Amino acid sequence: MEPAIAFRDVSYGIRGKEVLRHFELEVAAGETLVLLGRSGSGKTTALKMVNALLTPVSGEVTVEGKPTREWDPILLRRRIGYVIQEAGLFPHYTVARNIAVVPELVGWERGRIEARVDELLSRVGLPPGEFRARYPRELSGGQRQRVGVARALAAEPSLLLMDEPFGALDPVTRRDLQREFVALRRSWTKTSLVVTHDVREALVLATRIALLHEGRLEIVATPREFLAQKTGEAQIFLAALEALPVT
Amino acid sequence: MPASLAHEIASLTGEHIVLVAVALLTASLLGIPAGVFLTRKEAWRSAVLGFTNVVQTIPSLALFGFLIPLPFVGGIGKRTAIVALVLYALLPILRNTLTGILGVDAAVVESATAMGMTDRQRLFRVELPLAAPTILAGVRVAAVTTIGTATIAAAIGGGGLGVFIFRGLASVDSSQILAGAVPAALLALAADGGLGWIERRFARR
Repeated sequence: MEPAIAFRDVSYGIRGKEVLRHFELEVAAGETLVLLGRSGSGKTTALKMVNALLTPVSGEVTVEGKPTREWDPILLRRRIGYVIQEAGLFPHYTVARNIAVVPELVGWERGRIEARVDELLSRVGLPPGEFRARYPRELSGGQRQRVGVARALAAEPSLLLMDEPFGALDPVTRRDLQREFVALRRSWTKTSLVVTHDVREALVLATRIALLHEGRLEIVATPREFLAQKTGEAQIFLAALEALPVT
Repeated sequence: MPASLAHEIASLTGEHIVLVAVALLTASLLGIPAGVFLTRKEAWRSAVLGFTNVVQTIPSLALFGFLIPLPFVGGIGKRTAIVALVLYALLPILRNTLTGILGVDAAVVESATAMGMTDRQRLFRVELPLAAPTILAGVRVAAVTTIGTATIAAAIGGGGLGVFIFRGLASVDSSQILAGAVPAALLALAADGGLGWIERRFARR
């Protein structure tokens, strides 16, 4: 089957600094692939190429078999859900309007949008009656992130991109949201690409983990295979996992 | 106060308001789109801001004088006065539009782009609404200074409350000066208060 996303010999640099070097990766339809790596490993750069926020200097990224260069970027982005740290909600829109952004852009009719907003709010654990009319500043960090996820799912994208989606949350809320995300994922058939530097998060969320190191792909492995790694960057990440000061 | 003086104050205040309103409206119609343009074209920024900054440093009486000999915009009368006032009002409006839009949270702008908004949709639905309080603050500063500067318009036949002030200066009659200065000060306070109120309403959303 054709991969949902494919990176083919992708390189990217800014101001002479290479961020990605000959990056190759295929994301299969329906899987949750986590891009794991340290700061500056190129994982966010790779993510932003999928919805054409960045364009490869060489090589190509294909989405549903078509290179991003050939997609109309506006249409491509409307088909892809995007979640970032701190959610990036519009502060002047209510929760309901924030969630409705993409459905409105693609011209859904009013009734369908309203029904979808309520459905999504319920799905991410925010009672619509209570939350629809609130503004982002009236929400907690965890609630904002839930709205961010609902907004990304609004227009039923087949593809979801998440950049450190739970990064700004306290550890307890983060654990809750990760758990809910995994539960949510079982009920859909979306392909997700998630960026994180948190190996624990990668192990919880991923069906497969792609480990990046200095702009190169180090390994691609299932969480089980990843845990069995004994060498290289994977071992360094796993060591960080075990280094808990528990006596 | 004799009825004729009251009548004159009223008519010159009206003239003053028209001068200021036309100048502010023109400066906003030029300055806001120009500010938006500069957010998109970084290369133009320093040149355009530099020009408006230089204009700001020219003493107002001198600027009126410079404009008089110019074709189309110059001459004696209201048109020249308005051109000068527009030049002065441009800087705060332009600068605040630029900083207002550049000051919108980068994550919010990135979200707008990543959700598939066109540049125009992002501008009108996200950037301008969020920059509105800052842009309005610029218009407010421009309004207050323009009301003051417009009193000098009388020096080149532009009319307005400056007529009293120049007449009072020429005849060493401080009551005439006050007849111009007090209404101008009140106008400035009213404009400041009114625009401040609108600004706060925008900011509260």
